[in-house]
Amino acid sequence: MSIINLGYLEYEELAAIQKLPTKERYEKGPVAVIECIQEIPCNPCEAACKFGAIEIGEPITNLPTLALDKCTGCGICVSKCSGLAIFVINKVYSETTATVAFPYEYFPVPVVGQDVEAVDRKGEVVCKGKIVKVMNPISFDHTPVVTVEIPKEFADEVRSIKRGEA
Amino acid sequence: MLQEKDVVVVGAGPAGLAAAIEAGKAGASVLLVDLNLMAGGQLFKQIHKFFGSSAHHSGTRGFDIGKMLLQEAKDAGVEIWLGSAVIGLFPGMKVAIEKGLDGTKKEVITIQAKKIIVATGASENVIRFKGWTTPGVMGAGAAQTMVNVNHVKPGRKILMLGTGNVGLIVSYQLMQAGCQVVGLVEAAPKIGGYAVHAAKIKRAGVPIYMNHTIVEVKPGADGCVEKVIIAQVDEKFNPISGTEKEIEADTVTLAAGLKPSAELPKLMKCQYTFNGVFGGSIPLHNENMETSIEGIYVAGDTTGVEEANTALEEGKIAGIAAAQALGYIDAKVAEETKKEIWHRLVALRMGPFGERRLAEKEKIIAEYAMKIGAPVPEENMEGYDHVDN
Repeated sequence: MSIINLGYLEYEELAAIQKLPTKERYEKGPVAVIECIQEIPCNPCEAACKFGAIEIGEPITNLPTLALDKCTGCGICVSKCSGLAIFVINKVYSETTATVAFPYEYFPVPVVGQDVEAVDRKGEVVCKGKIVKVMNPISFDHTPVVTVEIPKEFADEVRSIKRGEA
Repeated sequence: MLQEKDVVVVGAGPAGLAAAIEAGKAGASVLLVDLNLMAGGQLFKQIHKFFGSSAHHSGTRGFDIGKMLLQEAKDAGVEIWLGSAVIGLFPGMKVAIEKGLDGTKKEVITIQAKKIIVATGASENVIRFKGWTTPGVMGAGAAQTMVNVNHVKPGRKILMLGTGNVGLIVSYQLMQAGCQVVGLVEAAPKIGGYAVHAAKIKRAGVPIYMNHTIVEVKPGADGCVEKVIIAQVDEKFNPISGTEKEIEADTVTLAAGLKPSAELPKLMKCQYTFNGVFGGSIPLHNENMETSIEGIYVAGDTTGVEEANTALEEGKIAGIAAAQALGYIDAKVAEETKKEIWHRLVALRMGPFGERRLAEKEKIIAEYAMKIGAPVPEENMEGYDHVDN
């Protein structure tokens, strides 16, 4: 079964299609994880990255590739990806916790310090988390980038939070 | 004395706006006519950031693209008539326009055009099942208009039929508006739209019922949708007895594809072809987006259902070609620009979602070359061996 039958990615399918950060890169701090796996005509992420870390080239249906050494984990691409398919993962946030930064276009926008339930790619709650950062400048054009702190072992699974009541 | 215009563009969506802008910039007098109260077509309903390349404003939300195009059209000197319906095209390139909406004073004005560009878009397909006329059953496009244009929730608990990009995007936007989407129902074994759109729906915890269809919508005491019966389907898409599930919902939205709205060119006896990939019967056209009749152009979903980026590019081609034929653009410059646009269109029609459209578009243009060759002047139409569609 694949995302086109299920609607969500299994980690194995993602890892088979996209080049994910190496263990060594994760140890250096936050890094983008691009979960874009279909060749669709789209390239705003390429222009969004100031460090030239994301490349699509021609034709624009190419999948994006990430230069791990150039990525600073800044999160700009997270807000610019029209498919909401880029995340920034920091596996060395603390001894025991990691952070996941994800795009979140719902009301209410979470606030720093808020306790939340963290969900995986299929929307199932996997653990509790705490909001540690919310970036929502005008340049993000209404796509806030929210960072949640979670136990380290769930860093490859957590991709969003359970929505609050609007 | 009839009012005269170099170019009349019917439909102010992305294709029509792009066509009007190009023709206007070249120096042609352009009238852009649209039935709606606002120009922009479907763009003003699109609150998501667009895909595509930087050349097509990708990463910008649809309604912001609409605003930019509208400004460009004004800057190019395009005259825009809103709340106006084109009710007929007549011999001698005459365009009859009914100005004014229902319930207001109407007048019919006939414009003498030199070129006509038809960019009337597409309309939603309907799926019939028991109870399909129950209040609360509507097109996904209608639900999208309600939340994004009129800021009204169509219901509280919504069941979406279809997982093409329209079904997926509208489901997401209904949730953003504060509705609960209780599920998506898809008869095929595969998600129809982009995986990234489906992934957003799944992250929000919404079930997607693959290989399922709606069997019946049951009204409550108020006569409106209360329960929906869905069932699994076999490989021929027939419901399998015994697999029924009952889902509570007050609204059912149908996203079962679109078909081209291409009636106007028929009035000028333009030749058509049927194309399943593009959603139905479409006017045959060449690389200039010109139909079998000289001076009648088509662009956007009218020429086959695609998306806003391809509509914009086709509109540009039609606008440039019309202005070129009128002598407003140097032939060499026009040919080069059109070539560049076709190059961009090829890029937009690549990948698993585009390659079939790329192949079909080539077939349509080849069919035109074989059957028509060069567009026929309208006055030479008499005795023309026209096949009705």
